[in-house]
Amino acid sequence: MSRISLRALAIGYVAVLVAAPAGAILWRALSSGLGPAWAALTSPLALHALGLTLLAVAIAVPVNAAFGLVIAILISRHPSWLTRALGAVVDLPLAFSPVVVGLVILLAYGQSGLVGSWLVQHGIQLVFAWPGIVIACAFVSLPYVAREVLPVLEEVGVDQEEAAATLGASGWSIFWRVTLPSVRVGLAYGVSLTTARVLGEIGAVTVVSGDIVGHTQPMTLLIQDQYQNFQHVAAYAGAVLLALLCLVVFAGLSLVRRGAHAR
Amino acid sequence: MAVGYLSLLVLLPLAALLSNAFTGGLATFWREITEPESLASLQLSLLMAAAVVAANAFTGLLVAFVLVRDEFPGKGILNAIIDLPLALPTVVAGLTLLSLYGPESPIGLNIAFSRWAILVALAFVTLPFSVRAVQPVLAALDPAEEETAASLGAGPLAIFRRVLLPKLVPAILAGAGLGFARALGEYGSVVLISGNLPFRTELASVRIYGLVESYDLPAAAAVSLVLLVIALVVLLGLAWLRHRIQPLRGVLA
Amino acid sequence: MSGVVVEGISKRFGSRGVLDRVSLEVPKGKLFVLLGPSGGGKSTLLRVIAGLERPDAGSIRIDGIDVTQVPARSRDIGFCFQHYAPFRHLSVFENVAFGLRLRRLPSEKIKRQVGELLDLVRLDGEAGSFPSQLSGGQLQRMALARALAVRPRVLLLDEPFGALDATVRKELRAWLRNLHERVGITTILVTHDQDEALEVADRLAVMDQGRLAQEGTPAEIYDHPANEFVFRFLGPATRFRGAWVRPHDLELRLQAGPGSVEAAVVRVIDLGFEIRVELSRADEPSFWVQLARSALPGLGLREGQVVWVSSMAATPEPVTRPQDRRAAVVS
Repeated sequence: MSRISLRALAIGYVAVLVAAPAGAILWRALSSGLGPAWAALTSPLALHALGLTLLAVAIAVPVNAAFGLVIAILISRHPSWLTRALGAVVDLPLAFSPVVVGLVILLAYGQSGLVGSWLVQHGIQLVFAWPGIVIACAFVSLPYVAREVLPVLEEVGVDQEEAAATLGASGWSIFWRVTLPSVRVGLAYGVSLTTARVLGEIGAVTVVSGDIVGHTQPMTLLIQDQYQNFQHVAAYAGAVLLALLCLVVFAGLSLVRRGAHAR
Repeated sequence: MAVGYLSLLVLLPLAALLSNAFTGGLATFWREITEPESLASLQLSLLMAAAVVAANAFTGLLVAFVLVRDEFPGKGILNAIIDLPLALPTVVAGLTLLSLYGPESPIGLNIAFSRWAILVALAFVTLPFSVRAVQPVLAALDPAEEETAASLGAGPLAIFRRVLLPKLVPAILAGAGLGFARALGEYGSVVLISGNLPFRTELASVRIYGLVESYDLPAAAAVSLVLLVIALVVLLGLAWLRHRIQPLRGVLA
Repeated sequence: MSGVVVEGISKRFGSRGVLDRVSLEVPKGKLFVLLGPSGGGKSTLLRVIAGLERPDAGSIRIDGIDVTQVPARSRDIGFCFQHYAPFRHLSVFENVAFGLRLRRLPSEKIKRQVGELLDLVRLDGEAGSFPSQLSGGQLQRMALARALAVRPRVLLLDEPFGALDATVRKELRAWLRNLHERVGITTILVTHDQDEALEVADRLAVMDQGRLAQEGTPAEIYDHPANEFVFRFLGPATRFRGAWVRPHDLELRLQAGPGSVEAAVVRVIDLGFEIRVELSRADEPSFWVQLARSALPGLGLREGQVVWVSSMAATPEPVTRPQDRRAAVVS
């Protein structure tokens, strides 16, 4: 097959599958003009939903980033059967359908669940409330940071860390001054993926939140709701906003990448 | 501390799943997963995921090839667009496809509420996996081997089959594993566009949600367990296959 | 007064023995070289001295202090790696300043000291550059400056020039020797290159398969090798009349002479700085003689020509003395 035809095929595939639909949604969101779109986005319902989404990001992302880092370092620098087992557990969420994630959290922390009954006795409500949403988001986005940081750690190797040790650095100093900077691109990519995943999680959240309008609806559920209630402009506007948030995250990632490349 | 976090977050819920799936005993478990609508949904999910992954092996390779080995204006944009499905929330992905290929399609192409819709949605969300798995491997290949083959008289097709393909197989398998697991459990992008017609376009993930809504938790747990096991088996199987060709560090994928 | 004393160090990696009861003494302020083939254990020994590996048995003393249980960061050592281990996210200045920043020295002092060090290693124009912009030779000089910045008691160099190409290697070798004269820190250098070892060492230890083969000054070891391994490793060797001799200790004449034997010329190889004449005798593998360039025209050698060869070695065979692993060291 000729070069041109291969190129045309590839571009055509991506255009039809990704580019065109993306363009279409943008057009739809603004089809009634900027006014209605803006109104939809700033309604109390939408603002609450946005707040909930951002709350999930604010909690789940740093926690998963920290644990992802720790686990990647453990697997890479202190290999053992235990760390490999930890690695397997961290990868586990990849095999879960999001709906199943919601279900298992419900089963474990819901009223009749293993731990849930104990929690209810103490007045702590996790499911059908915002904590459940945050937990669900943490679960689905768990693997990304570890999986992105691990190969970078492997590639960079221990030389720099050993050099720092001979220069007098303690364990914490080595982590902060050498290890962390050396993996910052992988970390940034992992954090971006984690954030995008949390921003966009719908399956797990649907099950775990009870989808209570105005209370436990993050942006994704609101969009789905609005579309099903034929509020198309609002739905598309929300979709574009979420998409823009994700793009901002990835734009930040490019900056980190470029900064690292200059060196 | 890490162990504690992981136990609370992953292991405990997993235990809950297992206990719930088997609360009524093995017989009830079997009955629940062979219930006609549930069974149909499982079969559909499996079929769709397999089909998409098989197609992705080709399209992913094609796109990766063009990105690595071809030069043309706008290639950077193409490269960036590949990541879009990863960055986009799944429900947005579904809406995106709906807006162009659904009932209000400006080009009059309506595939909503059909199996084609499912395939397109799954192809959308799994595109990055198949391309990005192969791309770096392709980029890191030493042209020396292909040049040697050419100097020995091999034509482009032979070079592709005998020199390139064997080296790309582990990467293709890796992308396939991730894509399969993703496609098998996909919810957000398909729930709006597929119509969720039982026995026709109802995927297992949607079926599970339906069971949860009607508070039949043991049945939901049972079907979930089957889905999970299939995903794990495929992931581990592919990882084992790749390990035989080329040892790796990550465990599942 | 001792610099570094290594006593009975043994180490295994899993089932593989890497060091076997190695003992040696590095005099203070001297440049000591650990020489041996790859895999012989010398890098591991260096890392044990540094504290980057823990030995299974034995002890390490630095300036009289037992540091065997002390972690690397508290041993007051400087270490240079074969692949430089630069901090890629830091500038050259910050690389060199790393140890000083750890010790929370005031900015002014750091600036001055780093400036002096960069001058010393001739990188003063590169303070703001990043490792990715430097050549291998520059990176190793930076690594040296970085190690010296914390004023270590001992400087440890692990095949520091191994990753560089031949010309740069030779330059840096001479430069290192110079630097050592100026700075005077106890230095241990690991290499598999015997030329390098002979050129820079004050004292030399040859290691093979985890054991110490011989220790002494370069001249001592070259002229009085303890066994065949050391003889063959330290310099060019060829087999003449059943014994190993140095090719430059064989004399080639056109006529028979006292103690000489007949041989036929197989090939004459002109290497520029030396001439090698490959010769053969009946029933013996071929051997070679090294000639100075000036000697060649007078001889007018041709292939197949018959010549006469005798050995000028003081002892025609290398003597295998009853082996006492540790040569007596007079500090």
